[in-house]
This record gives sequence, C-alpha cells and structure tokens, in this order.
Amino acid sequence: MESNCGNCAALKVQEETLKILENYPREKDKLVAILNDVQERFGYVPQQAQEEISKYLNVPMAEIYGVITFYSRFTLKPKGKYNISVCMGTACFVKGSQAILDRVKDRLKIEKAGDVTADGKFSYDDVRCVGACGLAPVFMINDEVYGNATVKMLDEAIDKYSKESEE
Amino acid sequence: MKTIEEINQIREAKRKELDLRVNTGLDSREKHILVCRGTGCTSSKSPKIIEELRRIIEEKNIPNVRVIQTGCFGLCSKGPIVIVRPEETFYSHVKVEDCEAIVDAVANGTKVDRLLAKDIDGSVVERLNDLTFYKKQKRIALQNCGVIDPEEIDEYIAFDGYKALSKVLTEMTPDSVIEEISNSGLRGRGGAGFPMGKKWAFVKMAQGDQKYVVCNADEGDPGAFMDRSILEGDPHCILEAMTIAGFSVGANQGYIYVRAEYPIAVQRLKIAINQAREYGLLGENILGTDFSFDIDIRLGAGAFVCGEETALLESIEGKRGQPRIKPPYPANVGLYGKPTLINNVETYANVTKIILNGAEWYASIGTETSKGTKVFALGGNVVNVGLVEVPMGTTLREIVFDIGGGIPNGRQFKAAQTGGPSGGCIPAEHLDTPIDYESLAKIGSMMGSGGLIVMDDSKCMVDIAKFYLDFTVSESCGKCTPCRIGTKRMHEILTKICEGNGTIEDVEKLDVLANGIKKTAICGLGQSAPNPVLSTLKYFRDEYVEHVSEQKCRAGSCKALANIVIDPEKCKGCGLCKRNCPVNAITGEIKQPHVIDQSICIKCGTCVDKCPFKAISK
Repeated sequence: MESNCGNCAALKVQEETLKILENYPREKDKLVAILNDVQERFGYVPQQAQEEISKYLNVPMAEIYGVITFYSRFTLKPKGKYNISVCMGTACFVKGSQAILDRVKDRLKIEKAGDVTADGKFSYDDVRCVGACGLAPVFMINDEVYGNATVKMLDEAIDKYSKESEE
Repeated sequence: MKTIEEINQIREAKRKELDLRVNTGLDSREKHILVCRGTGCTSSKSPKIIEELRRIIEEKNIPNVRVIQTGCFGLCSKGPIVIVRPEETFYSHVKVEDCEAIVDAVANGTKVDRLLAKDIDGSVVERLNDLTFYKKQKRIALQNCGVIDPEEIDEYIAFDGYKALSKVLTEMTPDSVIEEISNSGLRGRGGAGFPMGKKWAFVKMAQGDQKYVVCNADEGDPGAFMDRSILEGDPHCILEAMTIAGFSVGANQGYIYVRAEYPIAVQRLKIAINQAREYGLLGENILGTDFSFDIDIRLGAGAFVCGEETALLESIEGKRGQPRIKPPYPANVGLYGKPTLINNVETYANVTKIILNGAEWYASIGTETSKGTKVFALGGNVVNVGLVEVPMGTTLREIVFDIGGGIPNGRQFKAAQTGGPSGGCIPAEHLDTPIDYESLAKIGSMMGSGGLIVMDDSKCMVDIAKFYLDFTVSESCGKCTPCRIGTKRMHEILTKICEGNGTIEDVEKLDVLANGIKKTAICGLGQSAPNPVLSTLKYFRDEYVEHVSEQKCRAGSCKALANIVIDPEKCKGCGLCKRNCPVNAITGEIKQPHVIDQSICIKCGTCVDKCPFKAISK
C-alpha cells in the first residue's frame, strides 16, 4: 500500500479481497469471519474491501459498516508504523496502567485511540487484557510485549522508535 | 481412522514413555525439560528458550534429554518457567542465557541453584509441589496443563484422553450420560451457575431435526485467563467433552466461539481438530460407531457482550453481537433457530473427568450446592499472580494469602474483585467467605467466570468503580436503553466525583440508577453492570462521601484530588526519585531534601514506588 498511485492501491485491495473471498461460500453468516481475514491482511478494513464483500455476500454496505463498528477488532483506519497497545485489563489497571496510557497520549499528542500521529509513525489503542497478567502492567509495540512496564520504559521505547524511523 | 483397540494401544505405549511426567522421583534415564508456552511465558520469550535448549542439546550431543512445550504451569509471575522431570525441578525467571547451565545440569544430574524458585518466605524450593502456591490446589480442569504437549494428540491419549468418549459410545446411552452429569452436581462455570444436567436434558428433549453444541470461549472479562489457559494447555479435553455432549443431546455439529485475540489458543485448537479428525475421533462414524460429530472454530472480534450466550449465537451467524430477548432459550431456539447447547470452556473441561471417575467422586468435592473445583485467574496486587484451581468452599483468605502469598510491598489488603465487570468488590471483613455460587452472591458479588483481582490500600474504590463503568459503557451493545444510557450516566457521575465536583446527591443518584438498570436491562451483562458500583457503595461508601464532602481521595489515585509530596523529614536526598521522574519535576541537591514541582508533575507515582525511605506520599 506504499504506492503513490491511488487507483493502483485500490486495485490491489480489490484483488487481495477477492482472493480472501474465494475461501468462503456466498453465505451471510461468513461476514464476521471474512472481516477478520481482511483486518488481518490490511491492518484495517478498507472501503474498497467493504464494497467487494457487499457485492459478494449481497449484504448492504450499511450493514457491513454496522458490523465493523460493533466489534473493536475491526478498524476503518490504518494504524501507525508503530502501534502502541496499552493493556487496560483490570490486573494491569490496578498496577498502574492508567499512568502509562496517559503518558502515551501526552507523548504522541493524540487524544483518541486509533488516531495516528501526523507523520504516520505512531498510533495507540487501549486494549482489554493481552493475557500477560503475570507481567502487569503491560504494553505492546506492534508484537513486542513490554512487561512490568514503567513510564520510563515507555519513554525509552518511544525515543528509540522515533529515532529509528527518522533514518 | 483408528479403532478403540488401536487408541488403547497408543495409550498404553505412550503412558509408559511419559510416566516420568507425573511420577516424581522415578528412576529414569530419560529426562524431560518442560517449558511453558502459555501466553504469559510466551510473551517473555519462552519460544526462544525452547529453541536454544534444543540447539545446545544437539550441539553437545546429549542423549535421553527431550525439550517439550506445555501449557500453563499456573505461577505466571515466576515466568518464564522451566521444569525438569521426573525430578520436578522448578526453575523461575529463566532467560535464554541460562539455557546452557540448565542443559549441563540435566546432563550431570545436578541443579542450577541460582535459578531455583523461591517460595513466599524466601526459601529455595527444589520441587514444584513443594511451593506453597500449589499446596491447597486441586487440579481437575487443569489436570493436563503443564504436563502434556498440547500439540501432540498421543500425549493427551496417554493420560486417559478419549477414554471417556470410548466409554460413552460403547457402554452408555444419552440418558445415562446426562444422569451422570446431573448427579455430579456440575454447574455452569461461565458465571451464572446453571445446573448442567438440566441444561443438557432440556436440549435433548427439544424437538428439532438439527441440533448444535457450542463452546463459549469468548473470555471477555479483562484480567481473566482461565479458559484461554485450558485451550492452550489441553485443547483435546474440550473437543472430547463437546463430542460427548453432542452424543447426549443428539447433535452432530459443534462450534467453538473463541476470541481472535487468543492466537495461541486458536492455533492449538486448529491442530487438535485436525489430529482428532485424522484419528477418526471427529467426523463420520467416530471410533467405528454409528455416531458422527464434527467441530468448527468461529472467531470472535473483540466484543465483550458476545460472551452472553444469545449475543454469541448472533455473532456466529455473522451479525452484530446483540443479545436476544429470552425466552425462548437457546435450548429450544438457538443457533440458526435450532436447539443449541452452550457451555463455557471450563465447564466442558470437567466432563471427561466426571465420566471416568464417576458422579459420586465429583460430588464429594466442594460444598453442598457447588460441587467440584473452580479455576481462578489470580491477579493484581498479590505476590503470586497466576492460575489457580481450588475445591469449591475454599475461602478467599486461603486463595489470597496462602496460595497468592499475600499483598506485596508491605501494603494492606483492601478488596478482592470477583466476576469482572459483572461482579463486586469484596472487603476484608468477608475474606473468610467460602467460595461458592450462593455465598458470593450473598455478599454482593458473583462467581463469574473466574477473574480474581486483588487490590491493596493504594486503590481508590470510586476510581475502581469508574474503571469498570468505563468498560461497560464502551462494551454496551446499545440494544436496550437502561444499559446504553444508564451506564453512561453513571459513568458521568463517577467522573464528576473523581474530579472533585460531586455532591452527596450524586452518590444517592448512583444508588437509584444502579438499581434501575439491574431491574430493567435485557441481558445478564446489562443487569449485572451496576454491581461494581453497588458493591463499592455498600462496603466503601465512606470513600464516596469523602470525595464529595471533603474533596479527598484517601488512596491518592484520583489525580484532581491528589498531590504527590516529599516529606523533608524522611527524605535522605539520595536522588533516586529525581533520576526516575519521567518529566524532571523533582529538584534537589544530593543529601538534601528534594522537592516536586506540582506544575510539572504528572502524578504517575513512579517516585512513590521508587523511594527507598517511604518519604514520598500521595
């Protein structure tokens, strides 16, 4: 999706979506499963993909939008290059994850989960339990887990990635 | 495709080979190094440890030593955990660099002293079962977790796997299975505690050409990981139990609805289903009988409400997961409108053991009304964070202080929260309550699925109530007004109180709203959403009053009401706080009392935790 040509990008999404759809029968109850695959493939559910699914399953766009926005796993916008997920499960919360989440917002200067910094480098979300309660509090940057996390640890990680992506 | 005879042969041969896994002290030439590959230990790089152990063993050409991945051992806060069998040597916090020492020790018949786990009192523990953490536990649902490789069907078979299914298909009738389940006293482990025998009988009696068996593995309660650990550590026991359920109620198709956020569990389930199909334990004519049953996986997509059974069915059907109005119940009108049996993971995990050991054995464990064991995900401000399984009737005090090892950092116990966003906060005065469905409901909480979060005295109970309401507001499906709008209003009031703008009327309004939602919401989750507020109002009302009448948060966690200050009398000027402050709000010369600039301070509390002299307070 790095292409500068908008039309080419849309074509690519269409092609990839059709490939995913090949694995499913044209049955409406496959909608959530298809969206899971699309989200996994693109990191969000592009408009073009929604249109393809709509045609394939004969489900109105409005209904697809309704399902996407209902489930927190599905997103309508791509994430940043480095997505910071702060665990806000109860185990992490009682061990101080709120301070980490506050710091993320403060450092990235973005207010809403799912938003991306202007340069596209960072985004964040607050997630419900990543399952590493023994390491609480926990945050993740993409797939890497930071356990027994502190504000300082977060700062160092953000500093590291800020520099890295400048190169 | 295998016959019962062939499965029995696999069991016998494999069981001999794996005797060292359960027979501690066995004189065995062979050694097994078990490494936890549950989500917790995997996050702290246990796959790399496995790789490295195998590499070193190969490089040094050491015979008779195998490295095996297992499910969760339970003591997550000591992870990554490595256990050497048959000696049961317990190594904690293992790093990749430690692998060589472990392999050398195993080869030489010695131990790596520096890696041996320490017990609560600081003493070194050589064997897993010597840890206080395990002493009061009884593992039934978790029997195979941490013992077998969950990706090897033969290992499951070795420990009586698929023996219950063989027995059911050859010696029992659907009615006799249901009678056995009924007599065992097993109740639903998803939270509500409905008697299983009844539920199974309802689905069997329901009229329909097609019936379904569903496993609810949409464990949405934050901080709860019982079901995930069972799926990760012993996926076959769920497949076997669902097949038995299918035979009993007359269904030939099963679905496991599992969170997409559990990639390891999903992967292991997929492997297990394929292996079971290959052995003819799923599919047409299972074990050569005329019974056919198959199981498919359906992935959830991160909606808490889908843990509610009818919302889950909607989601499997590809729709928004909004609960249906009951009745009709799923037993009559369920998935695709057909009679459907829905149980959660832990409930199924008990089934095979009941069939093999008998209803009487199961009913002998637990209390009058709650039989068997319960798995809890113990977390929060407690020394031993992890997965515990105890007989029903064990007290909260035993779980928190004996198994959990008490509260760390010299803090005091304040509350234990069970049942997640549907449960309540239990104060110290009720610590001796025996854990069963009725006792917990009586003190304003609920069993729930098994999340158990311990909170110390640095937690503000108003803030905790707000935290849970924040969760409910964002997870409310929006179908009914009391939940959609009522919880939002409650959250606004709680925010107002935490920011120091609340009045005593607000506290009273919370009471009224909470009781209204409880009576009028349409699903179980909506009806129980006010519980965190009701229970904190009941046991910690004085904290609410302090917030509104004195603008004071005694725990210091409500930022608007908090000031972090350094006591100049106690401060030795070591500079540790200054070095750790992320915003450089602390100034001071070495050996002189330090000061916090309140205009810069973000009240993160790092300095409070770091100060060795307890000179900083909120």
